[in-house]
Amino acid sequence: MGQPLTISGSSSEPDCAVGRACPQTVSLAIENMHCGACIATVERALRRTDGVGEARANLSARRVTAHYDASRTNVQALIDALATAGYRAAESVEQPDDRDASRADDLLRRLGVAGFAAANVMLLSEVVWFGAVTDMDQTTTDLFHWLSALFALPATVYAAQPFFGSAATALKALRLNMDVPISLGIVLTLAMSLYQTMRGSHQVYFDAAIMLTFFLLIGRLLDEQVRRKARGAAENLLGLKALTASVVGAGGVIERMPARALRSGMKVHVAAGERIPVDGRISAGMTDVDESLITGETLPRWVTQGSEVHAGTLNLGRPVTVEATATGSNTLLAEITRLMQAAEQGRGQYVRLADRASRLYAPAVHALGLATFLGWMLAGAGWETSLTYAVAVLIVTCPCALALAVPVVQVVATSRLFGKGVILKAADGLERLAEIDTVVFDKTGTLTRGEPTLRNVAEVPDAVLARAAGLAVASRHPYAKAVVRAAEQRGMAVIAAPGTREVTGSGLVAPGPHGEHRLGSREWAGAGKSDERAGGLWYVEPGHAPVVLDFEDTVRTDAREIVARLRKAGYEVCLLSGDREPAVAGVANALGIADWRAAVKPDGKIAAIEDMKRQGRKVLMVGDGLNDAPALATANASLSPSSAADISQTTADAVFQGEVLAPVLESIAVARATQQMSIENFVIAIGYNAVFVPLAMAGYVTPLIAAVAMSLSSIAVTVNALRLKGRTLAVTQARRTA
Amino acid sequence: MSSLAWLIPCALAIGGLALAAFLWAMNTGQFEDLDGAGWRAIANDDDRPLERPPTPEQRS
Repeated sequence: MGQPLTISGSSSEPDCAVGRACPQTVSLAIENMHCGACIATVERALRRTDGVGEARANLSARRVTAHYDASRTNVQALIDALATAGYRAAESVEQPDDRDASRADDLLRRLGVAGFAAANVMLLSEVVWFGAVTDMDQTTTDLFHWLSALFALPATVYAAQPFFGSAATALKALRLNMDVPISLGIVLTLAMSLYQTMRGSHQVYFDAAIMLTFFLLIGRLLDEQVRRKARGAAENLLGLKALTASVVGAGGVIERMPARALRSGMKVHVAAGERIPVDGRISAGMTDVDESLITGETLPRWVTQGSEVHAGTLNLGRPVTVEATATGSNTLLAEITRLMQAAEQGRGQYVRLADRASRLYAPAVHALGLATFLGWMLAGAGWETSLTYAVAVLIVTCPCALALAVPVVQVVATSRLFGKGVILKAADGLERLAEIDTVVFDKTGTLTRGEPTLRNVAEVPDAVLARAAGLAVASRHPYAKAVVRAAEQRGMAVIAAPGTREVTGSGLVAPGPHGEHRLGSREWAGAGKSDERAGGLWYVEPGHAPVVLDFEDTVRTDAREIVARLRKAGYEVCLLSGDREPAVAGVANALGIADWRAAVKPDGKIAAIEDMKRQGRKVLMVGDGLNDAPALATANASLSPSSAADISQTTADAVFQGEVLAPVLESIAVARATQQMSIENFVIAIGYNAVFVPLAMAGYVTPLIAAVAMSLSSIAVTVNALRLKGRTLAVTQARRTA
Repeated sequence: MSSLAWLIPCALAIGGLALAAFLWAMNTGQFEDLDGAGWRAIANDDDRPLERPPTPEQRS
């Protein structure tokens, strides 16, 4: 056995000498691994692949880890093997998840230690409580107090580190966050208990300190795990979406390959609405690029031949060819990280709100504690009793329930939606979804499956199909994709037509030797109105008769039922489509939608939605195409299927997966329930504080009772929120604002 | 009173064992796939945990 040439990480293709074993490990995200039986299927499919040693699937993370020999196989072969078994897989991005995992593990370890210490301290405490009413002598009580101190002190100091650390950071920046009163409460309780133990008194509350730490850690851990799961799911989605590229090979043949396999100098074709998969230079074409993800600049940048473009930016205008300059996992990783950060910032609105509230709340807590201490001192209670009461106030005002009230409902709602295949992207998306009373659907790809097939494929000559596919390959429009698929099914190599431009909402145009070639709607392509046949696309070429390309697209199986249920619940359902009238009318009639408009351009959709908003209606837009993106941004709330163009997914509040429309109904129902339960939780949390703060200030609450009551209120709001998980939700009556 | 001399250490030992068991379970990845573990129990496959990736020293 020789030395391996390089020791490479899991996310870059290793350079292995030919003929030598080169063990590697890879982690793959699998989109549709849902059930227990899938574990075995996935693992077996990988183990049967030549060169794979061992594979283990993780159902919670929807990932599989495999050991393979890089000299005999590669990652793409593993992905292909899974595709054959019926699973969509992509290489997952490891690093961010690893960091999260170690943070969650750290919290769990601290929780374990706190739990061990809390159990033992409670065991000792109870003996003392019962001893107080029987015949326990002072020596035994002291011994038990010292034993409690022996456990509680080191355990609390170790387990409460996350709170101390956060409080220290806040104090250093001269701010107050909620960890400051928590830390102060814990430290004061420990110090006072230690002092009283030395004096041999009864005012010892080690149990309160360790119990408080234990319950607070449970809250932190739950929060961390839900975030981690959400981030993992979003990463899987991104990995599946963003990590393939269309590479232009010799003779202009376009081949899909994983972005990780890109090498410097390769030419990549980027269709309109697609994300640029690699850092590079424009080698053909000109377009607008949305760089907001990188620079924060909201105005698109105009790029022409020779301009530098970055991985992760969106191509807004026309198809371009990009020559890769820097490649490999680095740029892609950076892209994913940026996307995750963008998502985190969006989600952080509630965190910011909580922080702002705590800036007001934390000083109030300290003031109340101080007032309690001074009040009892003035009343002549002595400093020890006064301090005990003040600590009880500090603990009882710990606004865990208040801080949990809304986020915990959001967390449960988000994870319920995850389970149904809806990935919520906007932090305030649920709030806005709860308000809507009108649902606007796009047709192609939203109400229908969006995978149309060429119906009259037999009537289209080979040469025409090849040239049409050359235009169509530049677009992500479902019809265009169907043309490319049809060409590929005939065994043709698709060669991109140079200079192709996509006119949003109309079609594709490319210059030719005798004039422009057009592929698009009949009027725009110039096919005239003589032919009465209903055609999806027309291919027009100077000197040739126009050729019609006819498509059929099936309606999603449950579309009719969903529309009926929305209407029954009082929502207005609208259909706005850029498609021609007969097709739209057909779908609208089949689904029972009375309010429909056909041949609407993107600006027409915006105008229509703005019009509805002016009438005081709250609009939910459900759409998928490049032309829907502005409408999605205009509407009050927006949903997009996972098959949508990247730009639409970026704009939409939530993305839903799967073949059915049921997630739309589910999202609305969950959003409505979320709002109602948030209000319930607020009432619980505020009611609890209203009862216990006066009691604590009056000296009726010991630190231990305060710690238990505080935990109980947190548990109450959490349990209330968890009801959302299993409940069957019906879409309730739409709210009428007019 | 003399019974305390052995009862307290006993209680501590049991608690300590539980803590050790918990830390062992955590470090060996027993909590990594809570959804999948239940299904693996009823699967008929030859099911072994994945070994840690070989270090460069082991490979050579």
